[in-house]
Amino acid sequence: MRPPADAERGVAAGALACEECLARAWLLERLAGHLEVARAAALRLLALDDGGLIDAVAKGARREVRSELARLDPGRARARLAAAGVAAVCRCDPRYPARLRDLPAPPAVLHVATRAPAAASAGPSADVAGADPGADPIARLLALARGPSVAIVGARRASPYAVQVATELAHAAACAGATVISGLAAGVDAAAHDGALRAAPAAGVGLAAAASASAAGPGLMSAAPASTAAPAPAPASAAAPAATLAVLACAPERPYPASTRALHRRIAGAGAVVSELGPGLRPRRWMFPARNRIIAALADATVVVAGRPGSGALLTARLARELGRTLGAVPGPVGSPLSCAPHLLLREGAALIGAPADLLAQLGLEDRALNEGAPARARPAPPAPPSGPARRLLDALADGRGAAAAFAAAGLDAPSGLAALAELELAGLVLRGPGGSLTATALARR
Amino acid sequence: MLARARTFAIDGVEPRQVWVEVDIRSGLPAFSIVGLGDTAVRESRERIRAAILNSGFRFPDGRITANLAPASLRKAGPGFDAALALALLAASGQLSADRLGCFAVFGELSLGGELRDSPGALAVAEGARRFGVPRLIVPPSRAREASLVDGVEVAPADGLACAAAIISGERAPAPVPRPAANGPAAGVGAAGAGIDLADVRGHAIPLLALQIAAAGGHNLLMQGAPGTGKTMLARRLATILPQLTRAEALEVTRIHSIAGLHADGLMTARPFRAPHHTISPAGLAGGGSPPRPGEASLAHHGILFLDELSEFQRSSLDALRQPLEDGHVTIVRGQRALRFPTGFQLVAATNPCPCGFAGVDDRCGCAESDLRRHQRRLSGPLLDRIDLLVDVRRPSAQELRAPPQTSSARARELVEEARERQRRRLRGTAAGRNGELDAGLVRRTVRLDADAEEQLSRAYACGLLSPRGRHRTLRVARTIADLAGRERVSRDDVMLALSLRHRADPGREAAA
Repeated sequence: MRPPADAERGVAAGALACEECLARAWLLERLAGHLEVARAAALRLLALDDGGLIDAVAKGARREVRSELARLDPGRARARLAAAGVAAVCRCDPRYPARLRDLPAPPAVLHVATRAPAAASAGPSADVAGADPGADPIARLLALARGPSVAIVGARRASPYAVQVATELAHAAACAGATVISGLAAGVDAAAHDGALRAAPAAGVGLAAAASASAAGPGLMSAAPASTAAPAPAPASAAAPAATLAVLACAPERPYPASTRALHRRIAGAGAVVSELGPGLRPRRWMFPARNRIIAALADATVVVAGRPGSGALLTARLARELGRTLGAVPGPVGSPLSCAPHLLLREGAALIGAPADLLAQLGLEDRALNEGAPARARPAPPAPPSGPARRLLDALADGRGAAAAFAAAGLDAPSGLAALAELELAGLVLRGPGGSLTATALARR
Repeated sequence: MLARARTFAIDGVEPRQVWVEVDIRSGLPAFSIVGLGDTAVRESRERIRAAILNSGFRFPDGRITANLAPASLRKAGPGFDAALALALLAASGQLSADRLGCFAVFGELSLGGELRDSPGALAVAEGARRFGVPRLIVPPSRAREASLVDGVEVAPADGLACAAAIISGERAPAPVPRPAANGPAAGVGAAGAGIDLADVRGHAIPLLALQIAAAGGHNLLMQGAPGTGKTMLARRLATILPQLTRAEALEVTRIHSIAGLHADGLMTARPFRAPHHTISPAGLAGGGSPPRPGEASLAHHGILFLDELSEFQRSSLDALRQPLEDGHVTIVRGQRALRFPTGFQLVAATNPCPCGFAGVDDRCGCAESDLRRHQRRLSGPLLDRIDLLVDVRRPSAQELRAPPQTSSARARELVEEARERQRRRLRGTAAGRNGELDAGLVRRTVRLDADAEEQLSRAYACGLLSPRGRHRTLRVARTIADLAGRERVSRDDVMLALSLRHRADPGREAAA
């Protein structure tokens, strides 16, 4: 059942893809502009074979494209991949993620961003990774795509509520050992990746998260107190593997939108950033539904956190349903346009995700619930539970209540109330939102 | 024949002595004024001619040359009219030139010969004292203001004829009504009488922040939905600041008088300036030609309130950097650098998000990206100078019915005690208030309990504070301890200060 040894070598060798699949990837790049014109039918067009695709979209350039395709030099294509720091795995490879084969048209080549572009001189099969499989992006991708996984998708212009929910869900899923898959867009997608990156690193990628509960996750507030440096994204190769996978609608090495650049770097270093499209390609509109079908296929379950009617998240959910995957949706505030997509899905029978536990139940991971990993905003050593005024204030908190109302309910005056509030904030039990709203964190609810 | 009279030009907010020299020669009748005057100065020829004739004097025939010395100083405005006219009368033998030498003269002339108001009387009187001129002739409406300066005898004159009579000694000047010690202070721009902290219901947290801001001279940012009372609270900060000292009041009056915003007498209330957010950089920090004090200078010793902080132009806010940092602003025009004092306390208000309703009843429809953009507009060098952030929320119905929590008089008493403690501690240093402490002074003057120290390091370690934010927290904690009369800063002081820090700290950003 394990792949043969030569294939193993091939993975280590980096840019490995068969000639036929490389040709397909080249064709997508060549026809990117034509596909943009016919973007309404993009998903159907992608299901066609090479010849059919050329006939369908190339119009006047058919002969030209055909002859270019015939003259394509796979060696040069591989060299280009290596130069751009992109590794590849094709659908002819036995270890190609099996879930993608459920698609009517699985992407021919999965391009994976490696951290640094390979040295140009290293040639087409540069040893991007060396011996350590944990540092090899392809091996990481394959491991991430094998384990239990959940796609968390939603609106780019999301509410703070949606962002927080996405972060918490992703964090819980990652802590329980699932891979969090999303599209690296702003808003919910970015929050999902971020939440997964905050999770305690799994011992082995994908499965077996339980064992190592070393709380020093790749980021955040868990940074050592002594360090004065910003506890920013972990540097390069030393990064612990993270349980998140980003599928891009453009070249994999290209952070899009630009605001996700830091996130892109962190995921590329610790998780995996993949794309159907080869290096250098800028995003086009037809690529987004195409990308969404990959997300839907890669994940065991798809959860929509917030989305407008007709959004990409809704499309991902529908594609996931067609593939027979589990569907979940997080209810939003009534009356908000962002609640349309999840509410529609709930009406159609999607599972209601009201808490991280609901998501884990859908994934069949309940038993490894939250207690395995540190919650999203945990500090290295969880402080002793608050006492005295801080305790009273915490009990008096209701979401969205202002400080004054909470102080009154706890019987505190302004100075002692504010001091208690700072204490709770310091302990990571309360978040202060814009406008002075107070929210108890997941840590406080436990 | 040659005659001279003395007057003063306003250069920025400083008086400069100007000699008005008039020379009359035989020749074709002509009247020219030299000495770098602006259009108002050139036009004064026509006013002077009419005023002299209408006051019953003779306008001399011949070639008249008037010079405003020093010729290198740019002179603006009609305030030189009276001096020119009197020098002309002296030069034509209608007035004793010797007697004119003991007077400084200030005021604009009407065609009928009356002396009119001109801005800056207080600065002129200060100039007269500085240059040892014993007597000063001013328009009657400015007499009280000019007589605030000790050591100068102010002679109000309602017209040219009256001024000539006073100078020649034919007439004693009318007595100047002494300004009442606690007279109705408010001129334009003052905080206004009749407002008090006792008017405020609810808002316990903002009230606490106001007292801390007043006690330590900390700049304050209020965040809250529209209509929650941010402006109402900001106005009341002026009522709990310590009373203006006489020297401060004189400085304030002088600036407002120069800007033409002041009616008469001494301004005893702290100024409260609330410019609209469309204001230009020059309007805010001072500028124009000739340079005039901006809102930052008009708020000197008082409060500059910037409502809708995020709506101000970037360039306008940038123009506030030097004023905030140095307490004065330097404006360079041509060859000269003018200095305007800008020792104001900044109070800013902003909505928590573009729609204004973030955190309130789920009414906010802003996306997370909008929030971040809003936050970004607020950040920057200005926020670095703001020590306190407080959320202002709508008080509940119950709070509205409750009795007032404090009054301005009581709060001011506490503030003055805290200020006195700071004065004693900071004697001999560059700072006078905790809000002005720099890094070195913070280290030297802020002593923490062991427990307080530990809490602060914890907050710093978990990314809640940036190094600068830590600093601000220390300054604020020092003030809180001063308000409570503690020499050492306790744990509760630090926690309270942490609660009032602004949360868009760079340290936090880096962590999140």
